[in-house]
Amino acid sequence: MPETTMTWQSITPAIPEIYLVGAICLLLLVDAFAGQTRRGLTPTLTLIALAVGAALTVMYGKVPQQTILFDGMYVADELAYVLKLFGFLFVAFGLLYSRDYLEERGILRGEYYVLVLTALLGIFVLVSANSMLTVYIGVELLALSVYAMAAFDRDSGIAAESAMKYFVLGAIGSGALLYGMSMIYGMTGTLDLQEIAGRLHEPPNLGVTIGLVFIVVAVAFKLGAVPFHMWLPDVYQGAPTSVTLFIGTAPKIAYFALTLRLLAHGLGGTVVEWSQMLGALAVLTLVVGNVVAIVQTNLKRMLAYSTISNVGFIVLGFTAGTPDGYTAALYYTLIYILVALGSFGVILIASRKGFEADHLDHYKGMYKRDPLLALAMMMLMFSTAGVPPFVGFWAKLRIFQALWETNHVWLVIISAGMSVVGAFYYLRVIKLMYFDAPPAEYPPPQHSAGVRAALGINALAVLVLGVAPGPLLDLCARLIH
Amino acid sequence: MVEILFYIFGTILVLGALGVITSRNPVYSALLLVLCFITSAAIWLLIEAEFLAVVLVLVYVGAVMVLFLFVVMMLDVNLEELRTGFTRYAWLGWLTALAVIVEIVGVVWVRGVGIDVSKSPTPTAPDYSNTLELGRVMYTKYAYPFELAAVLLLVAIIAAISLTMRRRPGLKVQDIGKQVAVRAKDRVRIVKMNSEKRS
Repeated sequence: MPETTMTWQSITPAIPEIYLVGAICLLLLVDAFAGQTRRGLTPTLTLIALAVGAALTVMYGKVPQQTILFDGMYVADELAYVLKLFGFLFVAFGLLYSRDYLEERGILRGEYYVLVLTALLGIFVLVSANSMLTVYIGVELLALSVYAMAAFDRDSGIAAESAMKYFVLGAIGSGALLYGMSMIYGMTGTLDLQEIAGRLHEPPNLGVTIGLVFIVVAVAFKLGAVPFHMWLPDVYQGAPTSVTLFIGTAPKIAYFALTLRLLAHGLGGTVVEWSQMLGALAVLTLVVGNVVAIVQTNLKRMLAYSTISNVGFIVLGFTAGTPDGYTAALYYTLIYILVALGSFGVILIASRKGFEADHLDHYKGMYKRDPLLALAMMMLMFSTAGVPPFVGFWAKLRIFQALWETNHVWLVIISAGMSVVGAFYYLRVIKLMYFDAPPAEYPPPQHSAGVRAALGINALAVLVLGVAPGPLLDLCARLIH
Repeated sequence: MVEILFYIFGTILVLGALGVITSRNPVYSALLLVLCFITSAAIWLLIEAEFLAVVLVLVYVGAVMVLFLFVVMMLDVNLEELRTGFTRYAWLGWLTALAVIVEIVGVVWVRGVGIDVSKSPTPTAPDYSNTLELGRVMYTKYAYPFELAAVLLLVAIIAAISLTMRRRPGLKVQDIGKQVAVRAKDRVRIVKMNSEKRS
């Protein structure tokens, strides 16, 4: 066995993770000693910690070329660097939106913030994983934190139920992942993803195929692709909205990275097999997600099905099996997170103490009560529906282009048809807000200037990125190629 | 010598395991399980896996089984209720046992035919330390996943505590300081009153 020497220079690219572990421990201690009286301390400190983390990442996390650390366990490249920065950004916005919501429901406890940070650590580990061992630990770190967050409102029966479902189905997904990994390990004799890539060739033997099937199932479970989506609507509806916002945003970066590193890179030698599997999953996901979303009356549940249909598009990007397809999937993932962040943010801002604005009826006549909030929601909904000039249009277009170039004409037709179906329920929200009269008197949305400004930036980003999609698209293309 | 020891420990292990499932008293079962763990640790020592043997005793006997005994003794388990479904689900147990037996026979049979599925480990030098070698890879090659596994355990602790610990108002607690500082006049009130006349 080669002796490895670990020096400061050899681990500097891992500063984001190292820093985050330190910040978690420190925050845990500060929160324990702050006591009940200074509840506002931990949320503020968490935001500061995220800002410092982002600054440290910019200073140390950038590497000139791909670097492998910790004996092949960890990879530092530009993709990981940029995704980590996006992770900091999305989590910070999510926490900003959810602070008042948590306080009003009496679940503003320091542990919530610590769990958000541990989930972020799990995301980072996955984004930088170069070995099946670290992939698995990253998945578990992220999943365990999120299960606990879903159950965080202990007095809510529906939250407990959704957390339990999430936990059990998530465990099945992790089990499938482990089983698939052990098959691949048995066939190749290594955990290192780059070595696996070198040892797998077309056509794969039976053992590799079985392992591949299990890994695809696990990836579908984690992303929420049909028919492994059962947990998603229940969790989105049942969990506290701030947790739903978290589940729907930053972890998607991690699962994109999981799919890219594990399937596209590690198992790249079997691309013909898994792209067929993903194609079938994507079609099912698009059809079920869009059609079932139409009949939902609960906005959180509707957005859950909308998530499923968006996941269908991300999976379609991988189905293309080319760097262009992965670029489109990355772009779509980032745009989807941006829009989901805003949409759930609107629900959080519209909710008051004892009033959960999660029913579609609650949005009737929103324009009269709060024109700016309605405007932000309208921009976000137009974007997910794929209406130009909003950015969602470009995201969908890139996916279609990648599929067209790889001669998946049928997939383009089905997915385009399904986005037309999807446009119905997004536009319905806008219709409710602008043209319908409210059936009852609803409390006015919350007026916290900072949070509203953050939401405004979020909604404007959807428009600005839509008018000038070039820089982000080029960035995505550079990261993948 | 090693073989004799193996058979001695093996016999104790099998008898202990039988005792675990046949004993009617759950405390006896738990204690017999401790015996099983210790004898398996001894067998692992024979194949030079001393670190695993020590960990088995420390973790399973020292922590898990003690907790188990606590639970068995603290909870008022109604054994009759537990045993009611025994005959109904017995076939499932037999089926599982049969599957395990078939698997064991299969493994032994494959060896007998001459297919060497796993090579027997070569004995190491007397000064070779299993623990040292494990520590060496754990803190070098696997340092990163090892540390992350520690964070994973931390997450489990935070999650478990934040989901179960609640401050109950009106909980009765002892405050030693107040108990010591208490004086007779705080507790006893002497009331002077005239004796009532007999009516």
